[in-house]
Amino acid sequence: MGLEEELSLGDSVLVTKLDTAVNWARSYSMWPMVFGTACCGIEFMSVAASKHDISRFGAEVVRFSPRQADLLVVAGTISYKQAPILKKIYDQMPEPKWVISMGACACSGGFYDNYTTVQGIDEIIPVDEYIAGCPPRPEAFFESLMRIQEKSKDERLSQKDRQHNKGFKGFLDA
Amino acid sequence: MHNKVHEVSFEKLRETIIALKENEDFSMLLDITATDYLYYPDHDQARFAVVYILRDSTFKNEIIVKTMVDDSTLTLPTISDIYEAANWGEREVFDQYGIIFEGHPNLKRILNHHQFEGHPLRKDYEITDRHICTHTEDLMDEMRPLLKQKGYEEDEVMLLNVGPSHPASHGTIRNLLAMEGETIASAVTEIGYLHRGFEKACETHTYNQIIPYTDRLNYCSAILNNIGFCKTVEEMLEVEIPDRAKFIRVIIGELSRIMDHAVCNAANCVDLGGLTNFWYIFNPRDEAYEVLSKLTGARLTNSYTRIGGLSYDLYDGFEEEIESVLHSTEKSIDDALSLIARNKIFLDRTQDVGVIKQDFAINSGITGPNLRATGIAHDMRKDKPYYYYDSFDFDVVVGSHGDIYDRMMVRFEEMIQSISIIRQAIKNMPGGAIITDNRAISLPPKDQVYGSIEGMMNQFKLVFEGVKVPKGEYYSATEAANGELGFYVVSDGSGTPHKVKCRPPCFYALGAYSKIIENTMLADAIVTMASMNFIAGEFDR
Repeated sequence: MGLEEELSLGDSVLVTKLDTAVNWARSYSMWPMVFGTACCGIEFMSVAASKHDISRFGAEVVRFSPRQADLLVVAGTISYKQAPILKKIYDQMPEPKWVISMGACACSGGFYDNYTTVQGIDEIIPVDEYIAGCPPRPEAFFESLMRIQEKSKDERLSQKDRQHNKGFKGFLDA
Repeated sequence: MHNKVHEVSFEKLRETIIALKENEDFSMLLDITATDYLYYPDHDQARFAVVYILRDSTFKNEIIVKTMVDDSTLTLPTISDIYEAANWGEREVFDQYGIIFEGHPNLKRILNHHQFEGHPLRKDYEITDRHICTHTEDLMDEMRPLLKQKGYEEDEVMLLNVGPSHPASHGTIRNLLAMEGETIASAVTEIGYLHRGFEKACETHTYNQIIPYTDRLNYCSAILNNIGFCKTVEEMLEVEIPDRAKFIRVIIGELSRIMDHAVCNAANCVDLGGLTNFWYIFNPRDEAYEVLSKLTGARLTNSYTRIGGLSYDLYDGFEEEIESVLHSTEKSIDDALSLIARNKIFLDRTQDVGVIKQDFAINSGITGPNLRATGIAHDMRKDKPYYYYDSFDFDVVVGSHGDIYDRMMVRFEEMIQSISIIRQAIKNMPGGAIITDNRAISLPPKDQVYGSIEGMMNQFKLVFEGVKVPKGEYYSATEAANGELGFYVVSDGSGTPHKVKCRPPCFYALGAYSKIIENTMLADAIVTMASMNFIAGEFDR
C-alpha cells in the first residue's frame, strides 16, 4: 500500500510492523512473577500497594505461577538451597522473558559473603536489570521496570530470531 | 550482669532438666545452642559446650543449663521427649556444630541443604566454604514414618508441596502435606531456604558492625532486633544508656511493632480473600516508612541503634509527623475492622480454626502474640520490664481460644496499645544525650576526632577493634513483634564476639506448625500460617 492511499483514509488506519505492535502491547502489560524471599519482598509489597502503585506501569497482574509470567523479579537473598528452585522457576517461564535482580543480595550476595549465599543470581540465571539498594526504594524498582519496557521493544516474534540471553550457562546448567 | 547458670555433666543432663521442669516449674525451653571453644583464650576443658535456656512458668526467671560435650563421642542424650521445642533446637545444633543427640527421632540438617558437608559454626570451618545444591530433597524420609504411625499406605494419600515458592508460604517455607481428600493427614515442614549465615557473620564483625545484620532478621520490624541485640551487649558491658535514648527506643520500637503487626494482618486478610484491607493497612505503613527514612536514612533496614545509645537524635517536627502516622494507623485499623469484624465469611473462616492449646504452646516454645492469643498473658515488657515499660500505662492483650481470630485481634489491639505507649513516651520525653559518653563505647564528637590526637586514636581504636566486651557468656531477651527475641552472646574479651546466637521467636512457632495443622483442612492451614507471622529472615537467620 502506498503512503498516499493511507493519507487519503485519514486517521482511521494505522500502519506498523507486527513486532512493534505486539511489543508495544507487551511492554505495557508485563506480568511479573515475584520470587520474594526476604526483605526486598517486603519492599515489593510497597511497590504494589496504593502509594507507589505498580499498576501505573501496567504490571500489576502479579502471577505466582511462572507459566503465566514474563517478568521474573528476584527480590531477596538466594541461598544455595534455594538456587535449584529459582532455576526451575526461570525455566518454567515461557519466552520471551526478562529478569530483574532486586537488591544487593540478588545482585551480588550483598554483605552475605559466606558459606550459604549465592554471590549473585547471575551465577544461575541470566539477568537483565540489576537494582542496587538494601532494599531498593520503590522508585528504583520502577526505573528498572521502565528500562525493561524499553528493552522489550526490541523483541522478535519468531523464536529463531531471538538473541536474548542465548548461550547463558550458570553453575546449575550441566 | 549474670544469668543463673547451672553446669552439669552430660550423664546428669537429662535428670537435671527433668528436675527443673517438674520441681521448679521451668516449663518452657527457650533455646538450645552450642559453643565451640576452639581458639577461646585460657580454655582447657572439652571443645564443645551445649547450653539449654529455660524459662519458668512465672516468665520472670530464666536459667541456663550448660554441659560440656565429650570430645571423643560428641554425643549427648536428647531432651526432645521432654520439651517439644527441643526437636528443632537439637537439629540446628547438630547441623551447625555436628553434635549428635542420641534418641532424637529425626536428627537431620535443618538450615543447611542435604548436599552440604561439614558444620559451619565450628571455628575451623572457613566462612566462605560453599557447597552447591543441585536438587531439592523429597522429604519422604520424614513423611514415611509419619504415615506409618497413622496407619496410612503411601498410595492412599496425595502428596502436595506447599512452598518453597508459593504465594501463601510468605517467604520460603516448604510444607509437604499428605492429603486425604481436603484434610491434611500429616505434614512435614522444611526450612533453611533463607539461611544467610547470621551467626557465622557475627563472629567476623565487631559488635557495632553486627547491627545491620540484626536488621535483616525480622525485616518487618528491624529496629526491634537492633534494640534486642544492643540491649544484650549493653548489659554485658554494664553500661546504662541515657534516658532519652531509652524513650526514643521505646517510641521507634513500638512503631516497628505496629508495622510488623500491620504486615501480618494485612497479608492474612489477603490470604482470606480480602484485598481491600491490605490497601487500607498499607497506606499508613508507607507513611511510617517515610518518617523512619527521615530519621534513620532507611525505610526498612534502619540500623538505628548503636552499642550505648542511638545513631541520631529526633529531627525537628518529628512529634507532629509521628502523630499523623498514629492517627492514620488508628483510622486504618477502624477501616479494616469495619470490613471484617462482623463479616460472617471472615468469622467462619477464622473462629475455632487453627487452634493452639496453652500447654502445647508452652511446650513448643511459642511466645508473643501467638501465645497471648491462647490466653497466657506473657509479655517481656511486663514480666521483665526494661526501658521504663513498667511506668507506661498499657494492657497485655490476651485471647481466649488461641484460634486465627484471636491471633488477628490480639495483633490489632496490640497496635492500639503501642499507639498509646508512643503517645505517653512523646509526652514525657526527657532531654539530654542519646548515647553514652563512655569513650570506651561510643565514638567521640567529630571536633575532637579532627582536633586532637587522643580523639583521633579513640575513634580509630573503636572503629577498627570494636567495643571491648568483658569475657563471659550472657543471655538477654526483649519482647519483639513475634515474641521473645533473645540473644546469647559469648565474648572472649575482644571487640568481636566469639559467638552470637539469636533466639528467633518464630523458629519455634514454625517448628510446631506441622502439628497444629494436622487433621485440619488445607485452606485453613494456609490461613493458619498467615496468622502466625513466620518471617523467613528470622527463623532461617
